[in-house]
Amino acid sequence: MRSVRVIPCLDVDGGRVVKGIRFTDLFDAGDPVELAARYDSQGADELVFLDITASSDNRSTMVDVVARTAEQVFIPFTVGGGVRAVEDARALLRAGADKVGVNTAAVDSPELVAALADEFGRQCVVVAVDARRRQTTPGVSPSWEVVTHGGRIPTGLDVVAWAERCADLGAGELLVTSMDRDGTRDGFDLELTRSISERCPIPVIASGGVGTLDHLVDGAVVGEADAVLAASIFHLGEYTVAEAKLHMAAAGVVVRPV
Amino acid sequence: MIAVLDYGIGNLRSAEKALQHVGGDARLVADPDDAVGADAVVLPGVGAFGPCVQALNNSGLSHVVQDAVDRSIPFLGICVGFQLLYEGSEEDSTTPGLGVLAGAVRRLPPGEKHPQMQWNVLQAPQGGRPAAAGLLAGLPDPAWVYFVHSYAPEVTEDATSVCSYGGLVTASAERGSVWGTQFHPEKSGAVGLAILANFVAAAQASTGKP
Repeated sequence: MRSVRVIPCLDVDGGRVVKGIRFTDLFDAGDPVELAARYDSQGADELVFLDITASSDNRSTMVDVVARTAEQVFIPFTVGGGVRAVEDARALLRAGADKVGVNTAAVDSPELVAALADEFGRQCVVVAVDARRRQTTPGVSPSWEVVTHGGRIPTGLDVVAWAERCADLGAGELLVTSMDRDGTRDGFDLELTRSISERCPIPVIASGGVGTLDHLVDGAVVGEADAVLAASIFHLGEYTVAEAKLHMAAAGVVVRPV
Repeated sequence: MIAVLDYGIGNLRSAEKALQHVGGDARLVADPDDAVGADAVVLPGVGAFGPCVQALNNSGLSHVVQDAVDRSIPFLGICVGFQLLYEGSEEDSTTPGLGVLAGAVRRLPPGEKHPQMQWNVLQAPQGGRPAAAGLLAGLPDPAWVYFVHSYAPEVTEDATSVCSYGGLVTASAERGSVWGTQFHPEKSGAVGLAILANFVAAAQASTGKP
């Protein structure tokens, strides 16, 4: 049986949860440990923390957030952002994270993905892929380019080819964010997640653009995602995770009931 | 005291914290001498089978496992720590397991994504809900738990529950005082904490026994 996970995403800056539109216009959404516990009680299947702090001074702040979360939240959680070396990952895993996410560092040095998988097992390694749609002419299949640094830096890499390479290198899971949709509330880029899910043997988390509960259903059914990730619809209190799962179940998606 | 064996593999903190959360006197133990007098032993594990076996042997903690089995004190293997109890694994045919349980660890059936990284429902090996005994006493029906794995022990007579993932996959097993779960009870929310509470109760019942 395949069940679809619902994953609230917490962008953490300096020990606080923030949320922005296309990585700008940040606003404060609360204490990460409190929010994590609340989402756990609402039936979240996993949590993702993204450390968006630019300065390395605050790295220890994130390790502290992870350790405090591990004291009281007993569902899996992934921590990404700023992981550039095996030792960065080790500090987060020792503090209580179950998986680490790598993004820019994987693009810069793909061997990091293999090194992390060798050291901690591939189930610990989530490669975050930020994708931007290429201009295509009508009638031609769409394609996407891997971008980094919040979408500012194009890499020239084709997203689907990169995703397949990450799976070969030892990634246990892919977190795929559409930079065109992130923060827009227009829904996932379903062609993007489906293209990757059909080609890769590992689970795919759809991310970027959720504005309604139907978008979560679409991500699972049309986008063929193994998990759906959302931030603002939960942080702003529009919907609880429990409401999201009830809606998905009513639409025929297998989810762990609350 | 519940000794959570720390042989340098992966995230052990969550197993320790979850056991403490349900009232267990759990401590990470890296030195075999520190496990002397333990009322119960937990063997966690993530990653690959071969390196885990080697790390366990190199740490000297494999003797703690054998001693716990010989003394019939409550023992719990989790995920790869569960797989290590079997005779061997398709993941690494050159490295034998501990052989505490009969059978081998097999790759998950084809047809689904690997790893299985999701919540799934516990079933009895012959269908229906698993027997409400031992570790699985008092669980809700259905009981959803969290799996992350590409391999699992073959379904033997020791299996107490299975899940469906391209075929029937061992989820938990029991032989005497030895228990194991392929899923992660320390990451399975309220259901997982109930399972760990059952283990803590067994550990407390064994306290003071020679």
